[in-house]
Order: sequence, then C-alpha cells, then structure tokens
Amino acid sequence: MAQILFEGTKEQMHRLMDCINEHRSEKGALMPVLHEAQNIYGYLPAEVQTIIADELGLPLAEVYGVATFYSQFSLTPKGKHRISICLGTACYVKGSDKILEAVEHELRITCGECTPDKKFSIESCRCVGACGLAPVMIIDGEVYGKVTAADVKGILDKYMQD
Amino acid sequence: MTVKQLEKIAAEKADLINVRRIVREQAEKLAANTGYRKQVLVCGGTGCTSSRSLEVINQLEKSFSELGINDVLIVKTGCFGLCALGPIMIVYPEGAFYSQMTPEHAKTVAEKHLVKGGSIVKELLYVETVHKDGSVIPFAEIPFYKHQMRIALRNCGVIAAESIEEAIAAGDYAALAKVLTSMTPDEVISEIKASGLRGRGGAGFPTGLKWQFTKEAQGDIKYVCCNADEGDPGAFMDRSVLEGDPHTVLEAMTIAGYTVGAQEGYIYVRAEYPIAVERLNIAISQARKLGLLGKNILDSGFNFDIQVRLGAGAFVCGEETALMASIEGHRGEPRPRPPFSAQCGVFKKPTVLNNVETWASVAPILLKGSAWFSSIGTEKSKGTKVFAVGGKIHNVGLVEVPMGTSLKTIIYDIGGGLPNGKRFKAAQTGGPSGGCIPATHIDVGMDFDNLTAIGSMMGSGGLIIMDEDTCMVDIAKFYLEFTADESCGKCTACRIGTKRLLDILKKITDGKGEPEDLDKVTELAEHMKSSSLCALGQSAPNPILSTMKHFGDEYFKHIYDKKCPAGVCKSLLNYYIDPDKCRGCTLCKRNCPANAISGEVKSAHVIDTKACIKCGQCIAHCKFGAIVKK
Repeated sequence: MAQILFEGTKEQMHRLMDCINEHRSEKGALMPVLHEAQNIYGYLPAEVQTIIADELGLPLAEVYGVATFYSQFSLTPKGKHRISICLGTACYVKGSDKILEAVEHELRITCGECTPDKKFSIESCRCVGACGLAPVMIIDGEVYGKVTAADVKGILDKYMQD
Repeated sequence: MTVKQLEKIAAEKADLINVRRIVREQAEKLAANTGYRKQVLVCGGTGCTSSRSLEVINQLEKSFSELGINDVLIVKTGCFGLCALGPIMIVYPEGAFYSQMTPEHAKTVAEKHLVKGGSIVKELLYVETVHKDGSVIPFAEIPFYKHQMRIALRNCGVIAAESIEEAIAAGDYAALAKVLTSMTPDEVISEIKASGLRGRGGAGFPTGLKWQFTKEAQGDIKYVCCNADEGDPGAFMDRSVLEGDPHTVLEAMTIAGYTVGAQEGYIYVRAEYPIAVERLNIAISQARKLGLLGKNILDSGFNFDIQVRLGAGAFVCGEETALMASIEGHRGEPRPRPPFSAQCGVFKKPTVLNNVETWASVAPILLKGSAWFSSIGTEKSKGTKVFAVGGKIHNVGLVEVPMGTSLKTIIYDIGGGLPNGKRFKAAQTGGPSGGCIPATHIDVGMDFDNLTAIGSMMGSGGLIIMDEDTCMVDIAKFYLEFTADESCGKCTACRIGTKRLLDILKKITDGKGEPEDLDKVTELAEHMKSSSLCALGQSAPNPILSTMKHFGDEYFKHIYDKKCPAGVCKSLLNYYIDPDKCRGCTLCKRNCPANAISGEVKSAHVIDTKACIKCGQCIAHCKFGAIVKK
C-alpha cells in the first residue's frame, strides 16, 4: 500500500495534549494515552508516537514497542467503512471464514488491507461476544448477525453508495 | 454513606426486585406495593443490543406516550443468558417471555398486553413457554432456566444494569457492609477458604489461599486486580457479569482490599467490550458518589478506589504477569514465576488478581456462608460454573450450573440439543488452551478435575458444541492459528513451537501429511509443555493432542486416504453438481469467480474440478441444494 502522509489538525493536537496532560502523572499512562490518540487520529502515525514519547518522557522505542504489540493499535490508516469479521470459535464453526472470503472477493482486497479509494478496510476480530448471532460481521460498529456468504453483497452495497 | 442508609435504599426498592424473582400470584400482590402495574425488562447486553434491542426500548417508550401508559416500568437489564433468542423481553409480574423482538412486535405488545386490561400476546412469546393447551408458563420455568443455579449471574437480567439503587436492592454491597462491620480480615480469608472457591479464570487456584498469601506479603502498598480480559473466543460470561451486575465486582474487590490491606484496585478489561467498559465506568462513579468507593467506606475508616484499564487486543494479557505488565503500560509479555504476584505483582507490589466470575461469587459466600457454598458442586470443585455454550446448539447462551453437572444435561436439557437433527460429535472446552470432549464422554460431570482427567480442561468456561460436519483436524488448526498469532514471541518454545505445529497441521489438511508427522507433533508438544514461559505456550498443543487422542482416525484418514470425512478441508474435497437436482438456473455459473462452471439454461450444469478454486460461492447461491462437496 502506498504511504499515506500524516495530516493532523490543530484541534486534534489540542485533544491529544489534553489527554496527555490528564494522564501525565498516572502510573502506567502509556496505554490509556495510546487508546485516546488512536480515537483522535484513527491510527497511530509515527509523528503522534513521537509527541507521546517526548511528552511522557519515554523512549520512542518503548512507545513503538507497545503500539506494535497490541492488535488494536494500528500504525496504518483505516478505510472510511471498517468491516470486521468475527473469527472467534462460535462464529468459525458456523462458517465465518466463508463470510470473510466473500467480503474479500467482493472488495478485491485481503483481510488487513484498505481499498485503494480508502473506502473500505477489512479486519478480522476475535469474538465480540455476540455468539448467539453467529456468524457476525461488523461494519462501522453496526452488527450484522447470522450472515451467509450470499448476504454479503447486499450488505456491502448499502455502503458502496456513499 | 452509613450501613443504615445502605439498608434504607435496599428496603425501598426490595419489592420492585422481588416481583422479578418470584412469579405469578405472589408477584402480582407485591406489584401493588411498587407503584408499577407491570415491569418490562429488556436485555441491554451485547448479544441483544447487537440484534437491536435498544430499538425495542425506544419503540416501547414511544408507544407508552401514545397510549398514555405511565404505570409500566421499562428496565434495561444485562444478559438473560438465552442470547440465541434475542432481543429478549420479559414482562412481570406474569413472567411472560417474549423472544426475538422487533420494534413492530414491541408496538403490538404495548397495545395488546401492556395497556390496562391487556393480555399476553401468545403469538409473540417464546414457543416453549406456551403449552399445547394454550396456558403460558413463566420464563423461569422453561427447561433452559429450570436446570440452572445462578450464583455469579444472580442479578444479571434481573436488575437495571445502570442503577446502583436496584443493585443494592438486589443485595449488592450487603456483604461489604457485613465484612466492614463484623469481620476481621482473617475471618474473611477463612470463610473464603472454607467455601472451597477456586479461580474461575481457568487455573482453578484456591481463592482464599491467594488472598492469604497477599495479606501475609510484606509491603505498605498492595493492589487488588480484576482480570476481565476474557480472550478465549466463544466465552462471554465475564462480559455478561460486567454488563449486568458490575457492582458485585466492585464490592468483592473492595472486600478483598480490606482483607489483604490494599487501597487501590485495577480492572483490566478488553477494549472489545464497549458496553461492559461503559457500565463499569458508570458503576464506579455511582459507587464513589454514594461513598461505597473512596474514603471512609460505609463509615468504617477504610479507603479503597478502583480504576479501569483497557486492554488492546492481546490474548496473552489474560495471563497474570502479562496482564500486570500491560497495566503498567508495557508490552503485555509474561515473565517467569516466582516471584508470584502475591509478593511481586502490579508495579512490583503484592497483588491479588481474580477473574470476574470469581469476584462475582464472593459476596454470596460471605452472606450465605461457606457451608452453603461448599454444599454445592463436587468434592474438589465447589459452587457453580458459568459456561458460554455456543456453536452447533439450539440455545446458544450463558448457562450456570452446579459443578459436576453432566455435559449431557447442559447440551440436551438446557441447550435444547443440536439443530437440524445433527449428531453430537464433540464439545470443546477451555478455548485455545483446552481440548475436546468426545461423544463417548458425554456423561462426564463438568468440574476441574474430571475435565483434566479426560484430556481437556475447564478453562474460563467456553463450551463449543460441534456436530458431524465439524472436522476435528480443522478445529485443531483453527486453534493453532489463534495461538501462533497470539504468541507474544518472548520465549522460543512458544514462538517457534506454535508456528511449526501449525505448519504440520496445514500440511495434513492440505493433503500432504505423512505418517511421521504425528510423532513430530507429539515430540514438539512435549518440548513446548516443558519449556514455554507461560500457560499460553504450555497449553497451545492441547487442542491437537486431545483431538489426536479422541479422533485419531480422522487424522489417519487425512494422512493415508487424503480424505476429510467431515467435508471441511478444501484441498481434500471437490465440488460436484448433482444432475438430478440442478434445474439449470445458471446462478452458480454467473457467480463463479473462476468460470469453472459450464452448462446451458435449463439443463444440468457441470463443475470443472481442475479450474474450481473451491470458494463455495456456488453453494451459497444455489437455491436447490444441488451442489455437493465430497
């Protein structure tokens, strides 16, 4: 994927500094700050990691180490519509791998990637706890339950239009 | 707040809660005292919210204002447990159980049942609550609930999940009041020890001993932690407790703080559980406001406060030393033990860490006594256990039963059996660290020791039911993909071991397996068990070892015959069209991404197995069931 340049707004920077100031004196502040930074920017670009490292007095290597350790922290931007397919056991035995394949097939990207127009990104997740609805697919926080491979196109079409 | 004030809140709302706990005639009498003619409980847990239960609540509110109903209380609760039927709605005092609600259904129920003089809308009830003769049974008496015994989940689906008053009325904080006013730390420890409570997170370590070690450890600062990093895919009991009754966790942690001499606590919860995190934060601020957390709790002079820390999607953080590293803001990598966390835990201070379900069992033990708790369960596993039952079973959901309850009871009496008349093949317990229970062991009493004896483990209580369509080699591969992905990489045995095991399994499911592969698996598994740093690596081979033990013939068929008996492993299968069933509708042909299907309109189509990429699109689109894998 082509390198997408980081562009942050002043407002985002304000929010980041507010969050850092709120947690600065706390023990183990790095994780809460990274969570909030990702909420603000959608991902954790190197520029943001550098600011956090400087402000919290930590080596950049340590911030990078933590940011890359946890799967929820992303160093690359996500698509406008984030598609997440549950590959937890309950969904898997009900065929969620088929759903993932159908989504990949439809969007012509693989799991973990973003479409070239930055409209969709696909990720897999491990059990959102909606096992009663297995298999589930989540798009922008909206949960679609008991999905079949044949349903996928119809669901995605709704998001294609905007 | 004082204990008296606490008791006053409990007394004021007691009848409101009791209407939901007892049914029919008595409840109807009690309802008169509450000021509400009826109460409508709608599940606001993750499962039902995902199936749009909040829209049901909105519609009820709208209908109430249109119909002028002002004496019916709407309560947004936590999980009822029967997630497969969501969104769930229960109307008291009748105990009428409406399932799979939609906003339209809610409108109908409001118009026909909830208005004055209305009566139950039988067509919308869960079918099992309507007898053949038309009489309706309350939801608590259906088989799914009848065989259960709810201790940890006692308030889930009973109280409004975001109301501390309802939690108090349902009994939360009564044990804390008892402990702070009448028990010494040593008395608390001996009561918990006598109850026989063991850790519900998986390892089954005696909780009372854990508390004792932390109390005896030297140190001015100590911590109490709650492990809510429920990473085992398919397990969601901890989430349900946090969503349905968060105060029981806060209460139990406070009790532990008093007992071991800690003033601060952390709850480490998965970020994947947004509703649980929100409810926890609400509960903590409510408890602080009432003085049930913070300084001078219940006028006792004891101080204790709790912070929430979010995980960020790392399975290994369920391991205690990794969890603590993560709370400290580091990479969640485990470290060797000793020193144990009772001496050197969070920020290198003595720490007691328990799992959510364990915390949820503490208050009832202290209120009802250790003798009551230890009378439930088996010789070495006391009390109840919550199982998250999922997979190929009718009643997917949460089930709490006494330890030692047979698997058969859980699957058939409570779970309603398998759908589509399929045969039970195996149950998987303990998630990626566990193993499977084959059909021959269906009578096993589910407790810590029995499960270990048959090569599985209790784990956190995930229970995935599999039928004859499940390939056990594929399932083992699924779990290895999980552990290989989640291995933190710190120790070689786990980092490389999981990768190599996965390679071998991929080779077998690709039809390239050789007989000596099975010996290699066994040898590698031994090394991983003996030399991995933490339980993740030590237990990662379990899913393979237990499927090899119980389903060895399936491995042989994959290796020698190059066949997958369950029809799952793609490389060993081909797709065919049954010419008798094919109507020639061309749907499969048009959807085949590989152009592997040929045939004319209205005549049977044929799949070119060489060109077929086995994506399954044709099966998904065929309306006549004409496409088979074999």
